[in-house]
Amino acid sequence: MASTILQLSGITKRFPGVVANDRVDLELKEGEVLALLGENGAGKSTLVSILYGLYRPDEGEIRIEGQPVQIASPAHALRLGIGLVPQHPLLVGRHTVAENLALGVGRFWFPAQRMVPLIEQLARSYGLEVDPHARVHQLSPGEKQRIEILRALLRGARVLILDEPTSVLTPLEAEALFRVMRELRSAGKSLIFISHKLDEVLAIADRVSVLRRGKVVGELPVAEATKPRLAELMVGRSVSFERKRAEPRLGPALLEVRGLQARSSRGLPALRDVSFSLRQGEVLGVAGVAGNGQSELVEVLSGLRRAEAGTLSLEGKPLVPDPARLFEMGVAHIPEDRIRMGTVPPMPVSENLALREYRKPPLARGFFRDLAAYEQRAKAQVQQYAIATPSPSTPTRLLSGGNIQKVILARELAGSARLILAVHPTYGLDVGATEQVHQILLEKTYQGAGVLLVSEDLDEILALADRVAVLYQGRLQGPFEVGSLTREEIGLLMTGSSLPTGQGGAA
Amino acid sequence: MEEIWNALGRALSFGTPLLLASLGAVINERAGVVNLGVEGMMAVGALAGFAVAYGSGAGDGNLYFAVAAAAGAGVLASLLHAFAAITLRANQFVSGLALTMIGLGVAGLLGKRFEGFPLFNQAPEWPFTVGVVLLALGLAFVLAYTRLGLVLRSVGENPAAADALGIDVVRVRYLAVAFGGALAGLAGAFLSLAYRPSWTDGMTVGLGWIAVALVIFVGWSPLRAIGGAVFFGLLYYLQFRLQGQSGIPTEFFAAMPYLLVIVVLALAGLRRVQGAAPEALGQPYQRGER
Repeated sequence: MASTILQLSGITKRFPGVVANDRVDLELKEGEVLALLGENGAGKSTLVSILYGLYRPDEGEIRIEGQPVQIASPAHALRLGIGLVPQHPLLVGRHTVAENLALGVGRFWFPAQRMVPLIEQLARSYGLEVDPHARVHQLSPGEKQRIEILRALLRGARVLILDEPTSVLTPLEAEALFRVMRELRSAGKSLIFISHKLDEVLAIADRVSVLRRGKVVGELPVAEATKPRLAELMVGRSVSFERKRAEPRLGPALLEVRGLQARSSRGLPALRDVSFSLRQGEVLGVAGVAGNGQSELVEVLSGLRRAEAGTLSLEGKPLVPDPARLFEMGVAHIPEDRIRMGTVPPMPVSENLALREYRKPPLARGFFRDLAAYEQRAKAQVQQYAIATPSPSTPTRLLSGGNIQKVILARELAGSARLILAVHPTYGLDVGATEQVHQILLEKTYQGAGVLLVSEDLDEILALADRVAVLYQGRLQGPFEVGSLTREEIGLLMTGSSLPTGQGGAA
Repeated sequence: MEEIWNALGRALSFGTPLLLASLGAVINERAGVVNLGVEGMMAVGALAGFAVAYGSGAGDGNLYFAVAAAAGAGVLASLLHAFAAITLRANQFVSGLALTMIGLGVAGLLGKRFEGFPLFNQAPEWPFTVGVVLLALGLAFVLAYTRLGLVLRSVGENPAAADALGIDVVRVRYLAVAFGGALAGLAGAFLSLAYRPSWTDGMTVGLGWIAVALVIFVGWSPLRAIGGAVFFGLLYYLQFRLQGQSGIPTEFFAAMPYLLVIVVLALAGLRRVQGAAPEALGQPYQRGER
């Protein structure tokens, strides 16, 4: 029987209006992987923040090897042997790997230089390959994550918390991470693996604790867990993993892209000779690891970035680099960053809803705004899209992520949207909101619109898309019919490998 | 030949205070704090240095004390900015501008009684010049190869990351701003003790502003700042040289340094020097904002 290293009992944390953690009990043994499973808002992040010293619990007790502790700060947590691998790495992009790892622990003279052998030694023993001299901003998300793991290990962490570590990884990178996790486990480290992906939990964990609405609703060894059982615990009802997709009614070609080239904001080639077409009623998924040209592709199509070469046409008419005119032509844009790019957070819902059509009647009356029309229109849209907001005059920043996304959808789809550019449309949304957003997008395809779905979530693409294309370093592979490729094959394409010949013929 | 040596000598005279002040600004900007108050801190330093050196009026003040007083005055002035920009998280640009105005105003007011008196115990220029070049080399080394430098740069690039590792972001930034203030004060001391041993209102003649621009021009590098300071020093010298010899109105020459700053920064912008700016430059840090 392995000894208990970390024990939480009765941890409660309240925020105004919500109980984020409600008498949570948790036990972590030496050399095991404990999965913490739950939907968004179930209280996983709060629990992590408590363990990492960012929040203080209102009630309850944390014991490390039997000793009660008050974790005061992240630095304190590290001293206690608790390391966090955050979802979004906290690294200095301009500095080298060694400099990042030396920060806070290095010697006075030549801190980074002296850190190199240590890094190489640790990296070898756990299979965490990373070049200590590389600049962090040049590294892939997977490599950045390895730096965070190395950092925790360098500081002597015995407990490693991995916060949704696979959300930024390709399937292959995720496999590599799992190998590292197994190495760590056999070296006697204890890991808390936070996720909402059931397959991964079943693949790597020894035990699973399921959180729902701040409470632990189930704790079971992974041997006794099945996917439907975990999903039911997580959501509180039985869940279907099928997206109901009516038989697609594909019409004639809608969007034609030929030989598209564009540069990134840094002036580097971001899209290299990209060609594809999208038909009416079709959902085309664009898979790929972030930063391989997805943003640039969407920016060109929505008029925010100029193409260097290539032809773009929508139903035969050329696309112009002017977002307002493109919207008139039927291009709707659901941007990547719904807060900073999709909305003006301090402005009320009604005004955010009007941002596309404020220049035209009924919203505009000559030089003036018709405030009654704003109100009336907003009310109708709030109802139509089931946006949960206290009133149309509530500032958008007060809404939840899912409702902000619905505000954007309502605004963008209000016109006669023909081409919908949807970038990570359900990123960070919970199962309920995800379902609604997917439903809205599919609705539109039944009416003949085409959807370009850019997502890092392969499951989302496989569930919704008719065809899938993969972007890697600005080159587009495919599109392929969704059924013709396995997940693994798509994962390979995302890392730049090519498929064995004769597979997955281009459609 | 004589003329060229003379020109270089004068360029160094202008370059020394420029380099002092801009090295200080490089340090506080590498920690993420912009301080536009350099001109004001220089004025305060110049006056404090002069006042101590002046002593009872016979030029019997200790010059070492005078230099220390100038640095101390610069630090005190910079702490005003640090308090507003770091603790109160005020807009750094506005707070820095305010510091320039306060510094110039206070120095002008308190300096009234020294106006027009010469300093008999003039300080030599060369220790300042040699010292500042050594300082630039030293700072470049410290920034690149010591824990101190690593911590400072990390705080300027990603304060949240530094904070999570137990580094006291506020303390580092305060110290960096104070260091910037000390060097600006020393730049002022150079003017009032060595270059033109006297006190006149407005004797900093825009050098502090050029120092601020120089930081951007040299891409936040202490080493490149040496070359940049000599270059601007030379331009400054040429401006004075031409002033007497042409029919162009003197106001034009007075405006020259500022025009030069704009031209040079535009050139620097073309070279994408801006990309070298510390990531968190000018942003107040608040825990929990990630």
